[in-house]
Amino acid sequence: MADGVEKVRIDTAGALRDAAITALLAFGLFLPLIGFQTVTNIRNELVLTTRWPLLFSIVAIVGVARLAYSFFFAPWLAQRRLRPVAVTPPAWRGFVGKWFVPFAIGFVIVYPAIVIASLGFGGALKWVDNFGIQILIYVMLGWGLNIVVGLAGLLDLGYVAFYAVGAYAYALLAKEFGFSFWILLPLAGVMSSFWGILLGFPVLRLRGDYLAIVTLAFGEIIRIVLVNWVDLTNGYAGISGIPRPSFFGIPFNADDDGFAATFGLAFSPIYRTIFLYYLILALAFLTAFVTVRLRRLPVGRAWEALREDEIACRSLGINTTNTKLTAFGMGAMFAGFAGSFFAARQGFISPESFTFLESATILSIVVLGGMGSQIGVAIAAIVMIGGTEIMRELDFLKQIFGESFDPTQYRMLLFGFAMVIIMVLRPRGLVSTRDPSVFLKERKAISADLVKEGHG
Amino acid sequence: MTIAGDILLRVEHLTMRFGGLVAVDDLSFEARQGEITALIGPNGAGKTTVFNCITGFYKPSEGRIGLCHGDAAIWSELDALTESGQRGISRPDGGLYLLERMPDYLVTQQARVARTFQNIRLFPGMTVLENLLVAQHNSLMLASGYTLLGIFGFPSYRRAERASIEKARDWLNRVGLIHRADDPAGDLPYGDQRRLEIARAMCTNPVLLCLDEPAAGLNPRESAQLNELLLSIGNENGISILLIEHDMSVVMEISDHVIVLDYGVKISDGAPDEVRNDPKVIAAYLGVPDDEVEKVEAEVGL
Repeated sequence: MADGVEKVRIDTAGALRDAAITALLAFGLFLPLIGFQTVTNIRNELVLTTRWPLLFSIVAIVGVARLAYSFFFAPWLAQRRLRPVAVTPPAWRGFVGKWFVPFAIGFVIVYPAIVIASLGFGGALKWVDNFGIQILIYVMLGWGLNIVVGLAGLLDLGYVAFYAVGAYAYALLAKEFGFSFWILLPLAGVMSSFWGILLGFPVLRLRGDYLAIVTLAFGEIIRIVLVNWVDLTNGYAGISGIPRPSFFGIPFNADDDGFAATFGLAFSPIYRTIFLYYLILALAFLTAFVTVRLRRLPVGRAWEALREDEIACRSLGINTTNTKLTAFGMGAMFAGFAGSFFAARQGFISPESFTFLESATILSIVVLGGMGSQIGVAIAAIVMIGGTEIMRELDFLKQIFGESFDPTQYRMLLFGFAMVIIMVLRPRGLVSTRDPSVFLKERKAISADLVKEGHG
Repeated sequence: MTIAGDILLRVEHLTMRFGGLVAVDDLSFEARQGEITALIGPNGAGKTTVFNCITGFYKPSEGRIGLCHGDAAIWSELDALTESGQRGISRPDGGLYLLERMPDYLVTQQARVARTFQNIRLFPGMTVLENLLVAQHNSLMLASGYTLLGIFGFPSYRRAERASIEKARDWLNRVGLIHRADDPAGDLPYGDQRRLEIARAMCTNPVLLCLDEPAAGLNPRESAQLNELLLSIGNENGISILLIEHDMSVVMEISDHVIVLDYGVKISDGAPDEVRNDPKVIAAYLGVPDDEVEKVEAEVGL
């Protein structure tokens, strides 16, 4: 090539062999999964049927895809790796980098107005609720978990437990004692934080995989307690009729003293939705602001130092136990805020909202976004959660694949694809460089190759 | 005030066993204020184990490690302190600490003993400046009101942060790394990383600096620079240094006092010249019994 980089050679025989092995593997894997099917016949007997055409077409697709990968994608990847690293980024990238964050903040602030202007009150409800609020909850959870996983390097697989503590704290206290949302929001944060620290004490002696397993178990314990402590939590049936937040004392209903009547507007459910949208937006901004601030304080630097080298931290007189506990407590607090918001928005909670899958979703948002990066995590949340919501909108696919086709069933497939693509192209997440917290002359981004991921 | 020559560190009957292996056996020595004390010995002699005991990374099986700040008269209270079960006493005119009772982070935080590692342990993904700020964690934590004042950007915290950046800048000037301040520490060449680790340890504001093989992997020019740096730390800052080193050009040139370990036992203790000519030391380094030293020396042409 012109710039002196050698062109990557393609090994045809190797590629064919590779494709054959992949197809064989796919055959072995899909033979029981797709090849055989058990059907209940008219006499209520289970019969084994085979689906050879479907099986072989899928195996063929896998083989051909692997061949295409070897011929086109792998050389491109290798070429990419050969390219010198220290290329000065093009000018547009600097421009985008500078204006992206202010633009994004401006956009999320005017988003409800844009949607209402283009779709009217009726159509906008879904877009503000399902896309706006839903995504922002996960952005906030992602940013909260980012403190624990991204900054302090502690792999937490049970983050949803603190989300559940926040949600149940709000639901139970609001129902039993009638406290208002604004009192319970900080209280739920404190409760979650308390549980985070309580869990942290015994657990933070463990590192790496062991820490991950124990946090996973803790998440399950909380969920199982919620299921079984029927007197308090009403078990699987969940808690319904949770008081909704009011607009500083003015309820969102069709009464004479409701929000719409007070401000002389026609009643519409969208006012509450818009209020909730700005509420979660403010909470998410609070999370981001606090995290950015903390990174520049000694405690934030100690978190990152802990991720880099725990022994060196101890040699510098840093109490690593306390430092880890603050990270755990801080992360849990934001999960508690998000949980109480979730309960207030839904009006109904049950243990099913707090399964391990939720923890995995939040963690994958953090990992895909790039650990420690705020913007990356926000983009990953938009892609992952927005992506699954978009799937609900793809009804036209039914005309292609038949009436029984349900696009939302393919959510996990989307997750898987997103994971694989990111792991191949950007193994350290969308935004992998680290921004130094302080500088003397010039702020230089730090390459992900140098930044450690932490051992727990 | 402290007077050069007073005893700073007193290690008594230190024994460290790992199961059946006795890594350090009944070791006693003293390090004096403002001096550079070197701990030498063949590989596997137990030098790093002694360091890990002093800095709290290991809990010794037996023995007492006392460290005194300020007025040397406090040493008289050592036995009373040991009886009392306390970790240490701290008074305006000085302090006395029993290091074997303290967890590793308190050894640095309260007893003010800083250390470096044989295999460099910097924070590679943080900048050089950030590395030095992490070292000032405890004072900054206090200034930020345990984060509460800092998060609201109180001016007292901002002042403290500026002061700590100034301190970091001073040390970067002294170790000649000021032009790399905003680069990640992992990007520095090996010799620079060694110097940065020393600067980082100094930023914790120690009275005793423990260096584990600071000259390992340095070329002769770099180790000459290191000598200068260590001497200036001793002279200008009045910091005592405890040093493990294999590079005899460093040990003999800068240390005031040398202790030689072999198989966990002290075999020699004294000024560099005395130690250099001690037949026991020569024997240990050559790996032969005392009475065969002359024969082996003749063989290798010494």
